Amino acid sequence: MSVESVVRGTEAMCEADSIPTAPAATPGFYTLFRTEFTLAVRRRSDIVNPLLFFVTVLALMPLGIGPEPEMLSRMAAGLIWVMALLATLLSQESLFRGDYEDGSLEQLALQPQPLYFPVLAKVLVHWLVTGVPLAVLSPLLGMMLNLGQAGYWPLLISLALGTASLSLIGAVGAALTVALRRPGLLLALIIMPLYVPVLIFGTGTVQAALDGYSYGPQLAILGAILAAAAALAPLAAAGAIRISLEN
Amino acid sequence: MVSEFPQTPEKAAPETQLACGQSLAVRGLACERDGRVLFEGLEFTLAPGTAVQVEGANGAGKSTLIRTLIGSVSDYSGTIAWRGQAYPGGLAAMRCSLLYIGHNAGVRRGLTPLENLAWYGAGRKEALRALDEVGLYGFEDVLCQQLSAGQNRRVALARLYLPAPPPLWVLDEPLAALDVAGVASLEAQMNRHLQRGGCVLLTSHQPVNVAPLLRVNLAEFQPHFSAEESYCVG
Repeated sequence: MSVESVVRGTEAMCEADSIPTAPAATPGFYTLFRTEFTLAVRRRSDIVNPLLFFVTVLALMPLGIGPEPEMLSRMAAGLIWVMALLATLLSQESLFRGDYEDGSLEQLALQPQPLYFPVLAKVLVHWLVTGVPLAVLSPLLGMMLNLGQAGYWPLLISLALGTASLSLIGAVGAALTVALRRPGLLLALIIMPLYVPVLIFGTGTVQAALDGYSYGPQLAILGAILAAAAALAPLAAAGAIRISLEN
Repeated sequence: MVSEFPQTPEKAAPETQLACGQSLAVRGLACERDGRVLFEGLEFTLAPGTAVQVEGANGAGKSTLIRTLIGSVSDYSGTIAWRGQAYPGGLAAMRCSLLYIGHNAGVRRGLTPLENLAWYGAGRKEALRALDEVGLYGFEDVLCQQLSAGQNRRVALARLYLPAPPPLWVLDEPLAALDVAGVASLEAQMNRHLQRGGCVLLTSHQPVNVAPLLRVNLAEFQPHFSAEESYCVG
């Protein structure tokens, strides 16, 4: 390159008073969260579908396995937990898909700040619109399946904690499969094994309460899983997003 | 991270002058995709106040080149340097001064144009002014999924009209789906950016009326068939 153009370029840069100095604007956590929440509220079907699945399948259960109250009450906690897990899994596929297709995921990946917080904001919103409604509805379905009254609160609390972990873990699978056209079964295969501990301690909480034991330890373990997932899953998901975006 | 643009003339020591004289330098760059070498030996320099237009046939590797230069694709050979600092070390500094609008323009269809710009960190007043400049006055509260392809492209391009834009603009096919007036307005905005010392890297199939413009044709850097080499490829 010629000397003149170097000098000219430098002069232009140094003398113009409207020198573009601002680094690329990065959205803060609140902006990310609010945007995701607005998008989620506008896509109502994404909120309603998992909830509808959860309620319908559980309403069908007594028809399938028979209406004996003792049998239902023995199975209630497990059924509700498995259905909550499947409902979360169903809604997980679309977590990053829209952003991947319209290019905003790439924009996020180009920000100098790490992808941890954008992923966390997305998962938080996903939990608020799927996990929390599932947890809130669960005592009602427990009543329908003749779950003992002692199990209502443990069920609600364990589902609230557990679905948050499920959302976080599922985000890793969703990020890994975002570049695939139909991830369906692959996504389930990747994250189902990781869901197992949450399921075991979730049903364990309710079972302990029904048997008259203290359910604190199980809740504590669920909380520990959530803490570990909140720290590690967004990191893994961020790495997976970067891999998916390379192609 | 703070931009390294020199703020005052005395800060621009001789070595920084050289460094900012070459915002983005590409030396001997080769990229491949799916076992096929797209281009090799690619060299050009993007200096402040200049624009580079990457040309090439469909599938020649324009988008791959762009995505390599912004660091989205790390599978390449050769050297890329931002202000004299080679990748991957210079990548973080480059990202801080980058405004990238890709093929998928990063416009969320479930948001309004105003909300889309807010997501990119724009205040309400600046966003409204930018939308006015790209001819979307009156559409700021309409969901983007109800807008046309050209209007969605304009929402993405409105980022270029926000105050204090980042110095390096990387635009992949910015003229696609734009009408004649839109192209003219975008060219004017790019020229304004070049005059204040920014630099623009763009791909386009049509001639772009910005100056000073350096054209890089990828066809000149395509690998040529040679009998002994063809056994090793793939």
